[in-house]
Amino acid sequence: MPNHPVPVPSSVLAALKNKTIHLSAAKMIHSLFLVNASGDIFLEKHWKSVVSRSVCDYFFEALERATEPENVPPVIPTPHHYLINVLRHRIYFVAVIQSEVPPLFVIEFLHRVVDTFQDYFGVCTEAAIKDNVVVVYELLEEMLDNGFPLATESNILKELIKPPTILRTVVNTITGSTNVGEQLPTGQLSVVPWRRTGVKYTNNEAYFDVIEEIDAIIDKSGSTITAEIQGVIDACVKLTGMPDLTLSFMNPRLLDDVSFHPCVRFKRWEAERILSFIPPDGNFRLLSYHVSSQNLVAIPVYVKHNISFREGSSQGRFELTLGPKQTMGKAVESVLVSSQLPRGVLNANLNPSQGTYTFDPVTKLLSWDVGKINPQKLPSLKGSMSLQAGASKPDENPTINIQFKIQQLAISGLKVNRLDMYGEKYKPFKGIKYMTKAGKFQVRT
Amino acid sequence: MSASSAFSDEKGGSASEPEYGHDPASGGIFSSDYKRHDDLKEMLDSNKDSLKLEAMKRIVAMIARGKNASDLFPAVVKNVACKNIEVKKLVYVYLVRYAEEQQDLALLSISTFQRGLKDPNQLIRASALRVLSSIRVTIIVPIMMLAIKEAASDMSPYVRKTAAHAIPKLHSLDPEQKDQLIEVIEKLLADKTTLVAGSVVMAFEEVCPDRIDLIHKNYRKLCNLLIDVEEWGQVVIINMLTRYARTQFLNPNINESLLEENSEKAFYASDDEEEEDKKAEPATLAKRKPYVMDPDHRLLLRNTKPLLQSRNAAVVMAVAQLYFHLAPKAEVGIIAKALVRLMRSHSEVQYVVLQNVATMSIKRRGMFEPYLKSFYIRSTDPTQIKVLKLEVLTNLANETNISTILREFQTYIKSMDKDFVAASIQAIGRCATNIGEVRDTCLNGLVQLLSNRDELVVAESVVVIKKLLQMQPEQHSDIIKHMAKLIDNIQVPMARASILWLIGEYCEHVPKIAPDVLRKMAKSFTNEEDIVKLQIINLAAKLYLTNSKQSKLLTQYVLNLAKYDQNYDIRDRARFIRQLIVPTDKSGALSKYAKKLFLALKPAPVLESPFKDRDHFQLGSLSHLLNAKAAGYQELPNWPESAPDPSVRNVEVITLLERVTTLTSIPDWSKCSSRKDRKEKKVEKPFYSDSEGESGPTESADSESDSGSGSASASGSDESGSGSESEESGEETESDEEEEDEEEEKKKRKKLDKTKAKKQAEESAESEQSSSAEDRKRGRKAVKNQKSASESESESESSESEEESEEESEEESESDTNVRKKRTPVLKQPPKQSKKESKKETQEMSLLDLDDYEPAPASASVTPVNFLSSSLVSDLEGLSLTDTILAPTTLAPSGSIKMYELLHRIKGEGLAVEYCFSRQPFSPEPNMVAVQIQFTNNTNSETKNLHIEDPRLQSGMRIREFAEIDVLAAGESVTVVMGIDFCDSTQAANFQLCTHTRKFFVSIQPPVGELMTPAFLTENDFKKEQGKLMGMNEILEKLTLGEKCVNEHVIVERVTATANLSRVPCGSDKECRFAGKTVSSGCLVLVTVTTKEGGGAQLTVNCEKMLIGTMLVKDILQALSQ
Repeated sequence: MPNHPVPVPSSVLAALKNKTIHLSAAKMIHSLFLVNASGDIFLEKHWKSVVSRSVCDYFFEALERATEPENVPPVIPTPHHYLINVLRHRIYFVAVIQSEVPPLFVIEFLHRVVDTFQDYFGVCTEAAIKDNVVVVYELLEEMLDNGFPLATESNILKELIKPPTILRTVVNTITGSTNVGEQLPTGQLSVVPWRRTGVKYTNNEAYFDVIEEIDAIIDKSGSTITAEIQGVIDACVKLTGMPDLTLSFMNPRLLDDVSFHPCVRFKRWEAERILSFIPPDGNFRLLSYHVSSQNLVAIPVYVKHNISFREGSSQGRFELTLGPKQTMGKAVESVLVSSQLPRGVLNANLNPSQGTYTFDPVTKLLSWDVGKINPQKLPSLKGSMSLQAGASKPDENPTINIQFKIQQLAISGLKVNRLDMYGEKYKPFKGIKYMTKAGKFQVRT
Repeated sequence: MSASSAFSDEKGGSASEPEYGHDPASGGIFSSDYKRHDDLKEMLDSNKDSLKLEAMKRIVAMIARGKNASDLFPAVVKNVACKNIEVKKLVYVYLVRYAEEQQDLALLSISTFQRGLKDPNQLIRASALRVLSSIRVTIIVPIMMLAIKEAASDMSPYVRKTAAHAIPKLHSLDPEQKDQLIEVIEKLLADKTTLVAGSVVMAFEEVCPDRIDLIHKNYRKLCNLLIDVEEWGQVVIINMLTRYARTQFLNPNINESLLEENSEKAFYASDDEEEEDKKAEPATLAKRKPYVMDPDHRLLLRNTKPLLQSRNAAVVMAVAQLYFHLAPKAEVGIIAKALVRLMRSHSEVQYVVLQNVATMSIKRRGMFEPYLKSFYIRSTDPTQIKVLKLEVLTNLANETNISTILREFQTYIKSMDKDFVAASIQAIGRCATNIGEVRDTCLNGLVQLLSNRDELVVAESVVVIKKLLQMQPEQHSDIIKHMAKLIDNIQVPMARASILWLIGEYCEHVPKIAPDVLRKMAKSFTNEEDIVKLQIINLAAKLYLTNSKQSKLLTQYVLNLAKYDQNYDIRDRARFIRQLIVPTDKSGALSKYAKKLFLALKPAPVLESPFKDRDHFQLGSLSHLLNAKAAGYQELPNWPESAPDPSVRNVEVITLLERVTTLTSIPDWSKCSSRKDRKEKKVEKPFYSDSEGESGPTESADSESDSGSGSASASGSDESGSGSESEESGEETESDEEEEDEEEEKKKRKKLDKTKAKKQAEESAESEQSSSAEDRKRGRKAVKNQKSASESESESESSESEEESEEESEEESESDTNVRKKRTPVLKQPPKQSKKESKKETQEMSLLDLDDYEPAPASASVTPVNFLSSSLVSDLEGLSLTDTILAPTTLAPSGSIKMYELLHRIKGEGLAVEYCFSRQPFSPEPNMVAVQIQFTNNTNSETKNLHIEDPRLQSGMRIREFAEIDVLAAGESVTVVMGIDFCDSTQAANFQLCTHTRKFFVSIQPPVGELMTPAFLTENDFKKEQGKLMGMNEILEKLTLGEKCVNEHVIVERVTATANLSRVPCGSDKECRFAGKTVSSGCLVLVTVTTKEGGGAQLTVNCEKMLIGTMLVKDILQALSQ
């Protein structure tokens, strides 16, 4: 591949020289290509010398081979490079690597890039990236230096490059002022690099969402094969100055395996099981945890199902009933049932007692938007499926995936005891919300 | 590919400038590139920043789409000095992209950056260096080299970090600079800031990864800093240290491997373990003595462990691989939980983690067994994840869990994902070969699958069954028969080939069926795939040899067909076999052995994991993932046979800089034996450790640890032994020896101390010197002094520290007290001496022949003069060998001290309580703030048993109560002193004040100024310390002085009234400087007030504790502007 599109004679030598050297010493992320769902490269960024986009052909080959979009191998070796990609929001972020680097390092970084875009633009779609291409470029420039991560903390980045808002765009076009922060980013020098300086709010508030997800596999007979609870505490902190917060739990022993935002003082947690931290400004994930598997996991819903195909008949029966199980008296809401029916099913003719259902005859995906479960009148979906005439009965059983939400409940029983603030004089408004969701909740039939 | 997307040109250009509003990109079909660029050039040449910005945005958008914008170079490069920051930044983007192609023109920009390198602002210096080093123009190599060298010794750590980043850039541009660059790396490796550490190790890895010798001196520091380095740097450092440790320490499993492997081998006789055994044996035999882990090895393991809790998957993986490669077998288990956690992350992360888990689970199966269920497969997992999970499940299968695993596998076989089903069947096969007990069950299950409707499933089963049958063919002739029947239906070539091979191999078990199968196959021979044809020939040959009567003609027929096949392989095979089996005149000697050749007993195939032995690659690396060496991969070295000299890691540092910091941190034992000096002195205080004072990163490890070997051995000598034992608890094996000589050394020191103690106490009692050098010396000696005293007498103090260590985690509290004790004498320095004394002592000063520093007159004049010198008291106390503790001194309230109300007369039912901050050192516990409390009994009766109860404190805070007042007669008042450790926060201390009848809830909240104690610095020291507390630690405020603040005198008065600081001498009369230390943790607080013409002034506060700094600024501002 020609590394340099315009061969200026004086630079040819240097260019050649560079190339050989790069092979021996270049590390980390060389270039980044963004590829959309239809396989077009719509953005490229190089941190070292330019790598021709033809390197992506290897990626496209892998893309073609993969049956599903998510089946593209994350690491693709090519003769001179390695391509490491992640798929988020139907965009492939393809990083070009030239030599040994921990793959997770790159993958984690790419995800961080996506998170940053999402943080900046609200969504991370092709359109959003194209609309904000200059900001995207400025961000990428700050996030990596010579392929090595430089500033990845969102608070620092926001000091350097202001996120676009409609108002600012309007103001900028009129006044010609800029998106780039005027002051120099002192955050990079700070011992609390995740927090920007000079934060001021008129309303000081701190919200914490305790969100737990139940991952479970339920077998045919309704017994639990495996179930575990994953939780996170997401925070939205808008506090003036340099507040120092502590958050303690009623039952911290529940938390089995935790990972922290870098702001959390690890020693304090080890010693006292108290979260002590100077928070970043704005939204961030304070903590994610796993509830120890010794604790029995309460399963909030049950499914009664009868999905059967008769031999020699072109009809199949489909019956599904949902009911609340251990919900601690809370309502199960936003229930969504989906199932991948066997390939032999041509169509489904079903009758929901509540909500709506759709069946896509091409992908064979059945989804039923149930809504809220009323314990007095259990929602059910009954009817028949038509099979290909003459085909033998499918021997695979569909798996039922369930999503639901339960407000004001952390299913593990985790409770925040108190939240205190030190270091600032004002009284902040504090709020804690609990929620339980289905994670990967599957029922085998 | 992307040519279609014409975006964002219009975004940028959007209608703001009508004259340029014609957007060439949107109407781009007709306007040529040439013309469009003209347009941009015009905009770039204009005077308006907004136009330039517009143009640059469009150019950047072009670059983003991969369009060539190189012909704009001259127009763009002119704007490199543009005032507008955004334009400038975009120009940088452009420059870095195209400079390489337009080297001559790029040189035009260099001078701008060179100017930037000299800018007083560190951020500008850094960004100039960053861009300069990113421009890949060979001519400027010398300039870059110079800039990097200069930046490497810059004041600002941020600039030094940028310098570290620039090193690999320069190296890739001109490798001949390597030697010079290594020098810079060496210098930067010695840097003590977390900001630099990650970047410089990165540079090290790129430029000179083999120069492991550069790491020695920095090893311990890197270990200690690790937790406070940013995430990406952590990954690089951990990976590097893994390699380092492999060259420097002994294999911790060296003995175990000998013991265990023999027993283990019985179950899983595999070659590699034997090999390992062989390797291990000579080494182990050589030294029968028990393995002792190098404390440095332990330090690494301990300090990386908390990082398993990182949110960053790459960091967790890095620690996991470090433990896998370096930790003793028994400790590796802790990484399993963290790795399992990572599996809930994005699928790409899962993919990489599962690859590594698969490798680990072969070597250390027990580790992941408890998490078996976490590897169960969901129908929604991507296929590549499913396959990897299956791999792990198979590796984890053993006699006890095989039934659950097989049940799980059964559900997988019903999946709709056929690739996955095939992998599941193979997995069953592998379980069956590995675990004898379930072989029959598996086989039966697989045979049932032969009647599956899906051909792929059947085919895969056939292949697996074939392999299984090879292990015990005799018992399964009916299965072979069953499979012979299948040949009519199965079309998958691999499966057909497998069946044919089976029948041929075991034709004596199915003597009737075999010839019939051959007959059928002969019929369809021409239509078969190549692999099937080969097996038909094979079958024919075998039948010919065993049952020539029935199959002779068939064989001839098949061989004839094969002779004219299109595939030369098959033609060759046919000729070869014919020569072998059909006896002719010409047939050579070989045909005699035909039977032996064809019907030899074939060993059963070993179904083994593709991940076997992948761990010779460093886990977590790209090479491991690809199972092939990637470019630039650094091999993981084998453990050395004998450990290299550990003393290379000793650091001896006694620089002036360090000595200043010892004021607040650790006494300098750098002369002591090699292993003692584990702890690096730190200049920068990391964030994580701020609840623990200076003791910082050393104990930022885990709780089970032997942290003592690190921090305590460096600082342990001032402990009277109580602490250092408790900490060693977990690690007896390794530190036995060490402990011994540690003990010895302590004894020696103690002796020394005692002799010194007397002398020193006299000295410190007399001297009123405040020069920092003397201060320090005295501080240190007094530590010993204090220690020797506490050893014999102050029971209470050590018990206090024990209480504490129960509350907090072991080693944390331990070092906490260490630090506090160390600090003790420093804080005991007399804050201000009474005039009387100072007079007396100025006479004696000449005797001591020390610096000729005189106390600043201003501070003497402002401060209350009627204090007893309690420092004297405390020093004497240290000297006395009796059990008594001198009662805390009280003082009469003087006018300059503000009294606060604790309990109002009415509320207290006649008992009035007031308190003030006496600003005196609290002698029993120097890191407490002394609070003087005055009780006045306004009632007509006695109040009895006045005491404190039930203190409710923020964690970390402590109270030392005053002795109970038995009786307070009517109308009388009494004054007591209590100590409160506010932990350098302005949180109130709440407690109950009790009399014999009542309880009152009261609280004491300190103004921030009372949380400090004066520190004596010289002007130079002050500047030096201030230089270290820049950036976030510095707070600048402008103010207008109040009307009454007319002269310096008033300012000094106001400031010292607000905060307990001492004045620092200063050359300029426009400036007043003050210094102090926080009482609890001893952080320096530096205050500068610069007055300007016309009542203006500037206040600068430098303090590591930003909260304190901020609050102090507020208070002083208020005081000065009144």
